[in-house]
Amino acid sequence: MLLLGPLGFAAPWVLGALVALPVLWVILWAMPPAPKRVVFPGIALLAGLTDRNPVARRTPWWLLLLRLVAVAALILAFAGPLWKPVAQDRTSGPLLVIMDAGWPAAPDWAARQTRAERALADAAAAGRPTALVLADGRPIQGALPFQAADSLIAQLRAVQPVAWRSGLDADPDAALADAPDGGLSTLWLADGTHYDGRGAWLAALADLGPVTVIPPSRPLRSLSLKDGDTPGLILRATDQAAMTVSAIGPDPQGIQRELAQLTPSDATTVDGITERQVAIDLPPELRNRITSFRISGENHAGAVVLADDRVRRRKVALVGDTLGQSEGQDLLSPLHYLRQALTPSTDLVEGSLGDVLDGAPDVIILADQVHLAEIGELAEWVDQGGLLIRFGGPRMAAYDRLNEEPLLPVALRQGGRDIGGALSWGDPRGIKPFPEDGPFAGLTIPDDVAVRAQLMAQPAPDLVEKTIASLTDDTPLMTRERLGAGQVVLVHVTANAEWSNLPLSGLFVQMMDRLVDSARLAPAEEQGDDRQQSFWTPVTVLDGFGNQAPADDLAPVAAGDMAQGPGPDRPAGIYAAGERQQALNANAKFTPATWPAATVVRTDAAPGRDLKGILLAFAAVVLALDAVGSAWLGRQGRAVATVLLLMSLMPRPYAMAQELDPDLIRAADEVALSYVITGDAEIDRISEQGLAGLSAALRQRTSVEPGQPIGIDLDSDDLSLLTFLYWPMTREQPAPSPQAYMRLNAFMRSGGVILFDTRDGDVTGVGGPDMGDTLQQLAAPLDIPQLAHIPEDHVLTRTFYLLQDFPGRWQGNPVWVEAPPAGVQAEDGVPFRQLNDGVSPVIIGGNSWAEAWAIDHDGYPVFPIGTGWEGEEQREMSFRFGINLVTYVLTGNYKSDQVHVPALLDRLRTEEALAQ
Amino acid sequence: MITRPSDLRAQAETASAHLPALMLSAERLAAMIAPGAHGLRRAGTGEDFWQYRPAGIGDGSRNIDWRRSARSDAQFVRDQEAQTAQTAQIWLSPHAGMDFTGGDDRPTKSATGRVLSLALAMLLLRGGEKVGILGGPVGTGRLQADRMAATLCAPATDTAFPEYDLRPNRRVIVIADFLDDPAWVQSFLTLAAATGVSGMLIQLLDPDEESFPFEGAIEFRDPTGTTRHHSRDAGGLRGEYLQRLAARRDWLRQQAGQAGWQFDHYLTSQDPAHVLGRIWALLGVGGLR
Repeated sequence: MLLLGPLGFAAPWVLGALVALPVLWVILWAMPPAPKRVVFPGIALLAGLTDRNPVARRTPWWLLLLRLVAVAALILAFAGPLWKPVAQDRTSGPLLVIMDAGWPAAPDWAARQTRAERALADAAAAGRPTALVLADGRPIQGALPFQAADSLIAQLRAVQPVAWRSGLDADPDAALADAPDGGLSTLWLADGTHYDGRGAWLAALADLGPVTVIPPSRPLRSLSLKDGDTPGLILRATDQAAMTVSAIGPDPQGIQRELAQLTPSDATTVDGITERQVAIDLPPELRNRITSFRISGENHAGAVVLADDRVRRRKVALVGDTLGQSEGQDLLSPLHYLRQALTPSTDLVEGSLGDVLDGAPDVIILADQVHLAEIGELAEWVDQGGLLIRFGGPRMAAYDRLNEEPLLPVALRQGGRDIGGALSWGDPRGIKPFPEDGPFAGLTIPDDVAVRAQLMAQPAPDLVEKTIASLTDDTPLMTRERLGAGQVVLVHVTANAEWSNLPLSGLFVQMMDRLVDSARLAPAEEQGDDRQQSFWTPVTVLDGFGNQAPADDLAPVAAGDMAQGPGPDRPAGIYAAGERQQALNANAKFTPATWPAATVVRTDAAPGRDLKGILLAFAAVVLALDAVGSAWLGRQGRAVATVLLLMSLMPRPYAMAQELDPDLIRAADEVALSYVITGDAEIDRISEQGLAGLSAALRQRTSVEPGQPIGIDLDSDDLSLLTFLYWPMTREQPAPSPQAYMRLNAFMRSGGVILFDTRDGDVTGVGGPDMGDTLQQLAAPLDIPQLAHIPEDHVLTRTFYLLQDFPGRWQGNPVWVEAPPAGVQAEDGVPFRQLNDGVSPVIIGGNSWAEAWAIDHDGYPVFPIGTGWEGEEQREMSFRFGINLVTYVLTGNYKSDQVHVPALLDRLRTEEALAQ
Repeated sequence: MITRPSDLRAQAETASAHLPALMLSAERLAAMIAPGAHGLRRAGTGEDFWQYRPAGIGDGSRNIDWRRSARSDAQFVRDQEAQTAQTAQIWLSPHAGMDFTGGDDRPTKSATGRVLSLALAMLLLRGGEKVGILGGPVGTGRLQADRMAATLCAPATDTAFPEYDLRPNRRVIVIADFLDDPAWVQSFLTLAAATGVSGMLIQLLDPDEESFPFEGAIEFRDPTGTTRHHSRDAGGLRGEYLQRLAARRDWLRQQAGQAGWQFDHYLTSQDPAHVLGRIWALLGVGGLR
């Protein structure tokens, strides 16, 4: 780098080109400006004439100066000028570059790589032996080789950050055994976090020579999952900026997108790290779809939390006596109400207790079950964190050894009690408002919920403490006891409406949701000794930037290792063991690093102002002035000069985010028939001509006055303003995008009609190649209802003309519309069934209607139909079909109304009489 | 979106929008000159009396003029003078150079040529002549003027002179700038003289072409862009250019005279009414006699 006072040049040799400026002056001086150009028809008379005394013209000095200034500015710009450039590294001797390569380094990875590369390039230029250490937690084998820096640059370029924390897993003394003598200077590109092995290395390196540390240039923010009854997120950051967290998952169409934005709560700052709590306060349906959380705008693995079973749907097992229940007695089944309540927010499993225990559910609900065979396994499951919910019932009440029954939160009295029955005193009891500290706090109790019978608890000192819901007379309705990591809840009434009408109320659903939400999964490490689930296989893994990728060749991870968080052999990602899935998230807890005995480079200092851009812009402006000046010289270009000047002065208006297509505006303004642009120019022309012909016929004969037909590009055009779409099938037609199909479905749902034309009416009959498969392929993603041949009494046969056939260029082929509902019978005296509901969103046929309708500019038909007069009659019929069709599209089943039946009947009779 | 024919139609409508103006302007010019009829000075179908002649074999009794016959013993038949329409054809050069104008305040040579052609046609039509574009159908009546106007406004497809359409005993009026290679003029004049076609050559020039007002370094270009002439001192070429132009005119006048044609030259800056009057006079007062 060449330094001239405060100005530095990165490529000073380019300045040598300045020598050429005087030469350029002479050349430009001798080159006259371009002559004026004149169009002149009399040029034939000028042929062969020579100038008698040519006028010598020279470039004016100011134009020359402009050009020279522009060239000089360009030369200076390409010489890489820097205003007050950063002082250069003046150290010598061997160089060690340490790059932290964990996810905290990912946000500004490119800048780090560039910095390291620059250091290596400088070292290579100075011939210093160098070594590169990647602090990615992988062990360093043997002593570090010190070599020429060139070979390391390629290695450096290939390095990507990893999805776990940085780490130095080696003894510094052993690794540095081969370091050349003469002092070792170290450049440490740090990620700003503290990790294992860092202190030892720093101490060892500080002994050998100067250590320069480059701290991260961006604040570090990370996201982690907080375990607990209600899972939440913790946002840690080294700055105070309030970030939002995106919850990402598939939307109803299956496209991954942001489902919700979560706003963190107030911050608490400890030791330079700001912590914010992020509550996942979302409806269960939404929450169950979430696959990951991500800090908005951050791109590293630590900013991503993959959602697993802990955030997602609970697996609930229902165990009840379903045998002997006939099909019609669903409402009496104790499980029916549970099923209804839990289906929306959970995955339900049903079966015997032994079966469901194998499926490792989060919650098991027993409805009126006593004396269980698998009670041992069940107790073990509860002890490991399962939530057991038991409902009372007649069988439990009648069980003679009820007070010996295990896995009940309270001891029960045999028999239970009836309230408000025929043989008992008192009225059915309501539910007492829930205590504020209980699991049901805040739920509103409907007035009409009453309990007619319940199981009674034996009085005990801890009964009140175990009760989480009670009746108005303080007798318990629900009791709970924690056993090991899990809990047992007893509902003292039945799960059906036999003992109370609680299961009929919305409160029941809310209570079950709250209970199920409180179920916590057994932590993974506790299943480490489980023989069947001792290994977790990675499904998808994150890279250091937080992008998900399928795990191709990663070995399964032992369950014990999983508990230690991600590491070199187990990147953050989704891991599966059997049917269970677990997310291994980047260990996002970090502490800021301190750097004793090292020089920390301030990254916020300006790295020298690069003047290249300014000079290039200046040169461009000068060249523009030159263009204006040259144009001004030739008088003819006066207008050009004005335009140029205006263009340079006027800021360009910002393009509107949504430019509305004028054609679509017209479609909204007046009725316009539209067709799908297939990409086949010939077919598109026919479609346009056909619809133009139909529009002309409509204008002539009906009060529908459509404008010019509109060509629709399904992939980009909005369909919401259209009513009728003609879609000819071509073999080369590309399938529309998923978004286009969504728009098409919305179009059909909102009353639009698509006329599919396979245009193969002339060949299908004789076994030629038909377009049916193309139609199937293109129309498969559409919500097309069940189809049927157009029935004789379909409203299409009488919306404007009375028709029996629907010919286009071809005839006699079936036309398909939405099938009429089954079982509709014609009434006596009415010639057609009453099919008032549902305008068919699609009409499918192969009669090549557009070709029959097509007219050219002068209004003459484009294609011949059939032969002679019969053909013209067929064309007329096809126009009549088109008019009926458009009337049908615009008025729906209006003509099906019985109001018009008398008039239609009269007319039918008259026509019959005339025909006879 | 694809290109729509509606765009094309809009362009065509814009292009034809000045058609009525052209008609009017031509009509106004034509109204200033009264055309005349021309009898053939022999018996035939017509309106004017020609002669009484004695009735012969073959004359029906209906043809006998009884009033004349009553004055003598013989029967006389009244003959009218034969009147037939002449046929005139107009050709306006569709050469690209005709679309040139040297200043924004002047119409192009084509525009002036169209107005002149149509005005001339209307004059002739009012005189009862058959008129048409050379190479197209001839006809009589007001509708023919409309048809000719449409043809004149339509973009030319063929720029060559339609020699095949030269028929005996027709008048042909050729409006062109005659600045390009004049070989075709000689060729068709020879043919015209051989087939007995007479007519008129009208050279229509822009004032810039007449006076060559250019100075300094100029690159001249053909309107089609095929030919260029580079000059460092255009002012110095003026004398030679004007000489060549005069020579070209002499040549044209000589060629026209040899073939029995007439030649005249006009500028687009001249008043069209004046020009039309002169052409009318040259064609023969009162029509194509």
